[in-house]
Amino acid sequence: MSANAAKSRDFHRLSPVLNTIFNCIAGGFAILCIFPFLFVVLISFTDEGALARDGYRLIPAKWSLEAYKYVFSSGDTLLRSYGVTIAVTVIGTIVSLLIISLYAYAISRKSFKYRNFFAFFSFFTMLFNGGLVPTYIVVTQMLGLKDSIWALVLPLAVNAFYIMILRTFYITSVPDALIESAKIDGAGEFRTFLKIVLPLSLPGLATIGLFSTLGYWNDWFNALLYIDNPNLVPLQSMLMRIETSMQFILQNSQNSSLSLEALRNMPQDTSRMAMVVLATGPIIFAYPFFQRYFIQGLTVGAVKE
Amino acid sequence: MGKIGKSAKDVLRNKVLLFMVLPGTLWFLFFSYLPMVGTVIAFKEYRFSRDGFWASIINSKWVGWDNFKFLFSTNDAYLITRNTLLYNIAFIGLGLILSVLMAVVLSEIANKKLAKFYQTGMFLPYFLSWVVVGYFAFSFLSSERGLLNAMFGSNISWYSESKYWPFIIIFVFLWKAVGYNSVVYLAAIMGIDKSLYEAAMIDGASKLQQIRSITLPMLKPIIIIMTLLAIGKIFYADFGLFYQVPRDSGTLYSVTNVIDTYVYRGLKTTGEIGMSTAAGLYQSVVGFVLVLTSNYIVRKFDKDSALF
Repeated sequence: MSANAAKSRDFHRLSPVLNTIFNCIAGGFAILCIFPFLFVVLISFTDEGALARDGYRLIPAKWSLEAYKYVFSSGDTLLRSYGVTIAVTVIGTIVSLLIISLYAYAISRKSFKYRNFFAFFSFFTMLFNGGLVPTYIVVTQMLGLKDSIWALVLPLAVNAFYIMILRTFYITSVPDALIESAKIDGAGEFRTFLKIVLPLSLPGLATIGLFSTLGYWNDWFNALLYIDNPNLVPLQSMLMRIETSMQFILQNSQNSSLSLEALRNMPQDTSRMAMVVLATGPIIFAYPFFQRYFIQGLTVGAVKE
Repeated sequence: MGKIGKSAKDVLRNKVLLFMVLPGTLWFLFFSYLPMVGTVIAFKEYRFSRDGFWASIINSKWVGWDNFKFLFSTNDAYLITRNTLLYNIAFIGLGLILSVLMAVVLSEIANKKLAKFYQTGMFLPYFLSWVVVGYFAFSFLSSERGLLNAMFGSNISWYSESKYWPFIIIFVFLWKAVGYNSVVYLAAIMGIDKSLYEAAMIDGASKLQQIRSITLPMLKPIIIIMTLLAIGKIFYADFGLFYQVPRDSGTLYSVTNVIDTYVYRGLKTTGEIGMSTAAGLYQSVVGFVLVLTSNYIVRKFDKDSALF
């Protein structure tokens, strides 16, 4: 009897052995994924002297808050970069949502006579592109965006894939009959969009908005291409530049005392790691709350009209 | 008059919707279609002109296929094509195996809260930029201070020994992508009809047997589609992975230079605009053919999953 009950439970559950193995696989990989971040946090709290002696250690010989003190006291660069990143992320997400939601709505409307043309006009950009060099020339020479904040905003603003996801979302979550009845009641296309379609599509907009926010926050490539002005350097790009100038000084440090002086003024290892922690912190704390929107975006994207 | 009058009326009737697509259309024109026109400089000897974009393009001298001939006469063309393809093949193969494994494992773990917790952990790397991942890698690989040398008591200068890098690149890619990719497979597993498993249980199938004969076969269509779509992008590499993680180290170029990094360096470092554009166009055209082909095959399997 009891053997029977145990057996029927076996049908529904993994055997304890298998369950343990599965937990080890998934748990092990999860730890592997989180570990490097924790390690960098540990390094940032290590005493610079201990670090110079032992290198990066899991358990530092001496803990210290110096790195953070340094970053906050000489924090001009960090603060300015934070400002640039926040500005670009906010402006970019708004611009991006505005353009994408309008475009996607228009091509989701069956009554739009040119919907096929514009759907293809957007879609084709997913198949073929001009490549980096012509884009660079258009952005710098034609639009004149070099060293402008718009060079960080505009190149990431639109993405045909997001338009496709959002169009699918409109079609599946806003019934056509609802739009038609709003029209019969005399609401114009814009009013219908604002009062009926947008409120019903908030989860879809949130998904696209979060993808967009993440894209802007993590972007360094456009800054690498278009930004030389040190006042316009976003966070990720700042992290990269510290590293490059550090290497440059180290390579040339043998022959001049001047560069040794410069090296002394550069943020130390621990401070740089502290900056990494401060730049990623907001994301690490925020993403567990938002991840369901990302999961939604990933799975909705696969379903089509 | 009639035809024009009708078109005018059509435009007028759709004017609000046309207004809605206007900003997006302008964006596509400037950021997608004009660069496509700009690819003609692959056939020109590019001369920068102060009078702007069109003047630069028009005033540059036609050189026909010279840029391409020059590109393919160097060893670089072979190297970047080989690296891009081989890495992507490894990414697709190993990525698929690990992503499906993680999805299956996560779906079977008895404690659902714990499974959710694991998934959140695995998802973390997806949210980090390549710059940050580069720093992470450095904390392990730094020759003087890194954890790896300390752990193994070795003295390897990782950033100048190219023989390790194929493994490092593949490892870092998998680390960043598997959690994210397993989401799609996990969603597909959740969608499998539970009665299939109940029937199998009644027949006395063990969990592993169920995974082998129900879960995996039911995942086959989505596996095929995801793989084919990935093959469509096999000519493109993730610039950040190949630029930030090896810290742009010159001694590693033989195993870290891919088409995307080559094009970038042509533009920003060496200034070979014509050849760099030619390499970009080569990538776009082959990529285009590959996307069309793989999509054609996807359509044969499952019309709904094809891109078009």
